[in-house]
Amino acid sequence: MTKFLEKLIAFITVKKVVGLLALLVVIVTLGLVLYLQDKNIPVLNPQGIIADKQLSLLVFTTILGLFVIIPVFIMMFAFAWKYRENSKKKPKYTPDVGGNKMFELLWWGIPFVIIIILSIVTWFSTHDLDPYKPLRSSTKPITIQVVALQWRWLFIYPEQNIATINEVRFPEKTPINFEISGDAPMSAFWIPSLGSQTYAMNGMTSQLKLEANGVGEYIGMNTNINGEGYADMRFKAISLRSSDFIDWANNVRMTEPGLNWNKYEAIQPQTRDTSVYRYSLIDHDIFDRILMKYMDHGGSSHSGHTSSSEHDSSHDMMSEMEGM
Amino acid sequence: MWGRLSLDALPDDIVTIGGVVLGAVALLLVVGLLTYFKKWRWLWKNYLTSLDPKKIGIMYIVVAVIMLLRGLADVAMLRAQQAVFATMESSPISADLFQQVFSAHGTIMIFFVAMGVLFGIINLILPLQIGSRDVAFPLLNSISFWLFAAGMVLINLSLAVGEFSTAGWLAYPPLSTLEYSPGTGIDYWIWALQIAGIGTTLSGVNFIATILTMRRKGMTLMKMPIFVWSILGSMALVVFAFPILTATLGLLTLDRTLDTNFFTSTLGGNPMMYINMIWAWGHPEVYILILPAFGIFSEIVPIFARKKLFGYASMVIAIIAITILSFTVWLHHFFTMGAGANVNAFFGIMTMIIAVPTGVKVFNWLFTMYRGRISFTNPMLWFMGFVATFTLGGLTGVMLAVPGIDFQMHNTLFLVAHFHNMIIGGVLFGAFAALEYWFPKFTGFKLHEGLGKIAFWNWIVGFMLAFIPLYILGMMGAARRLDSYDPSLGWQGLFVVAGIGVVVILLGVFFQVVQVAYSVWKRKELAVGPDPWDGRTLEWATPTPIPEYNFAKMTPVTSRDEFWELKRKKVDISKPGTYEAIKVPKNTPLGIWVAAAAFLVGFGIIWYMWWLALLGFVLTVGLIIYITLREDTEETLSAAKIKSIEDKAWGRA
Repeated sequence: MTKFLEKLIAFITVKKVVGLLALLVVIVTLGLVLYLQDKNIPVLNPQGIIADKQLSLLVFTTILGLFVIIPVFIMMFAFAWKYRENSKKKPKYTPDVGGNKMFELLWWGIPFVIIIILSIVTWFSTHDLDPYKPLRSSTKPITIQVVALQWRWLFIYPEQNIATINEVRFPEKTPINFEISGDAPMSAFWIPSLGSQTYAMNGMTSQLKLEANGVGEYIGMNTNINGEGYADMRFKAISLRSSDFIDWANNVRMTEPGLNWNKYEAIQPQTRDTSVYRYSLIDHDIFDRILMKYMDHGGSSHSGHTSSSEHDSSHDMMSEMEGM
Repeated sequence: MWGRLSLDALPDDIVTIGGVVLGAVALLLVVGLLTYFKKWRWLWKNYLTSLDPKKIGIMYIVVAVIMLLRGLADVAMLRAQQAVFATMESSPISADLFQQVFSAHGTIMIFFVAMGVLFGIINLILPLQIGSRDVAFPLLNSISFWLFAAGMVLINLSLAVGEFSTAGWLAYPPLSTLEYSPGTGIDYWIWALQIAGIGTTLSGVNFIATILTMRRKGMTLMKMPIFVWSILGSMALVVFAFPILTATLGLLTLDRTLDTNFFTSTLGGNPMMYINMIWAWGHPEVYILILPAFGIFSEIVPIFARKKLFGYASMVIAIIAITILSFTVWLHHFFTMGAGANVNAFFGIMTMIIAVPTGVKVFNWLFTMYRGRISFTNPMLWFMGFVATFTLGGLTGVMLAVPGIDFQMHNTLFLVAHFHNMIIGGVLFGAFAALEYWFPKFTGFKLHEGLGKIAFWNWIVGFMLAFIPLYILGMMGAARRLDSYDPSLGWQGLFVVAGIGVVVILLGVFFQVVQVAYSVWKRKELAVGPDPWDGRTLEWATPTPIPEYNFAKMTPVTSRDEFWELKRKKVDISKPGTYEAIKVPKNTPLGIWVAAAAFLVGFGIIWYMWWLALLGFVLTVGLIIYITLREDTEETLSAAKIKSIEDKAWGRA
């Protein structure tokens, strides 16, 4: 038995294992390349003006970072090779050198310069990509109110007088003002193809302005766990030609059942139903009443959030955060 | 009497029952072996009641290793679910169970693996490196360990009795409030962390006091090994950050038990306050973990490059800078919560600034290698693996620090891949390097080199296979913590690769277990002297095994690499001298009793057994009062006794 174990350990050499692992890496890499051929990667294939800018920012940051990473990799492997113990070339050996002011200044300095560049970019891009900032466009924006429920998404169109569940449709090339709130534990609203996610929180309205470049159908997600059915909170985001959108909205308003406060209270409780529902809107204050549910008892710190019209020009949540 | 505890608390799904049975069998096996070999007294006397930091350090590491296996079993279930079962109609792992498992995975890996192994290494190495005979408060150290153990027991008990949190490792409200999580899961999470966390705060105080007051004469701050500096930074963070965690968990407890409304979304409660507070602890926590890893590598690279550490002063400045800056970045964990552009940009820029001192450290290590004489032992391999993975994680970290990019990538698997890059590549590889490097100092034999290398390559390759697909998945729109997804999204192939990666990592762990077992078996062939790596610092200037009092002679220190210089001056440290009597702390089980009492408080509140909680509280306070009144806590080893121990230790007997 002991002989066998010793032989087994001697048989499994580093070389063999590394060889097998290398083979595995090659196979998996090839497999992944083939697998990804026909797959859509929304963040790298943006379909909206915000996601476009975010991709450029991602690429820029990566390239800037590589200015540090590549020298680190090269130096590590070059030094490791050149100064290896059993090198026959007898490279220089200076065991007592404990630093060099010039060199150290260099690597305090260079990353600092890179970070300054990146900071400037960060400052301006953060303001440019601020989800509260209205998008510049000649087209009149459309407002869509979003409510995170356990576990589905309710979309209310105050201008079209319709509402939908688990599907949001909007016209292309038109700024969309999403007003996002929740009647559930904190959730997050995200359409990766269009860019930027935002938390959906009870008693508060978060703003998110997006715009689709063209017609298309995208996935939408909740990215923040809000209970057992969290994974079911997928929705479809569909960008339509303007005329198609108007037709669709009219059709929904004429043909679908009505949504009033009582009906809302019937759809609000926990469910893992992922189907799409459409309604014509009867009570126009549903979104505000959902917000009010969490402010009924006075003394609330969120009392500035009662009406959605106040939010376009001001950063309520920001002032709240800064007050902390 | 029993609060809300009833037979319903026992698990009813097959996966959980399997876990409980497995755990129970392992426990019975250990108990059986200890009984069979009549080792209980030995265990009690030499480890459980010992106040020797070397013994406490080993216990920390044993617990951390067992918890690592538990955390890995958890992750195997998570990836199996996502790679195979997620697209099926029904899965053996329900959504509820899946959420318990990832919450447990995160909590266990951070609090009971990373923190455990960290405090284990500190206990083993720190007193030796500063040339001290002990820590400042030996009993407090024991209490810290046992509180850590009590938290560990609670979190594992939740598997068998009740349930665990389903709200993720940080349990954001309002999900974690009573309204949405009425069960015992969140309470288990709170009390496991609360009890272990108080232990951590006490450890922080203890080690700061140890570093500041117990250094060998002549060891000025700027002569301390960098590892000691890194622990000073880390423990300063502990002392400032952990009380925030304690307060946050305390307020959440009040919300859940006394119906207060600090974090509820109604009645003026503010969940955003919790998220700020938990990250005001949570971000420094990341640096609490990574700073010691930096310290470890700063010890290892000079040893295996056989050259002085490059840029000592730079390293110290970088540690101090990171320590301070780590308190100024917490908001980057929730850019998407709606703070304005000014606030987000500020915290984004502060986050990037931390990359500067971190980068300086990497360059200093690389230039320690420059014109050195490098031997590629396993600790050095872990260092190089660390640089490769950590810089990659640094790059994705800088990306996420840009709010504009974070708005896309936040809370996706991209983020998950990023922080695993930092914590596995940084903390875990650092811990592996440390364990392999310092192992012979405490056992008298090295770990088998070849098996270690095999484990290393499995870890590196497994790590890449497990996490590179997650970066891609994140960009494909995959949020974190999904127990199911639509197969038409085309994610499954990537999850399968990530699953293969986990299998390869598990192989790595398997080889590490084999490595330790084989090395113990072949310990005679692998035996080495007290200074096997040609060490530079004082921990190597001791015999192996190290006597309880560490050093018989307290010769003043004159240089940074004290032992290296002594060897260069041909000073024979094993030469007998005149010895004096040394006081060492007596063994005491008080640490166990304090932790047991604290456990009763936690268990009582979790199950609404108020009398039990009260009893535990009274016992805890009573024990603490008793401890303050205690006298006769030390015993004296006479000079003659020291002489005989030293003669034996140095082979002069």
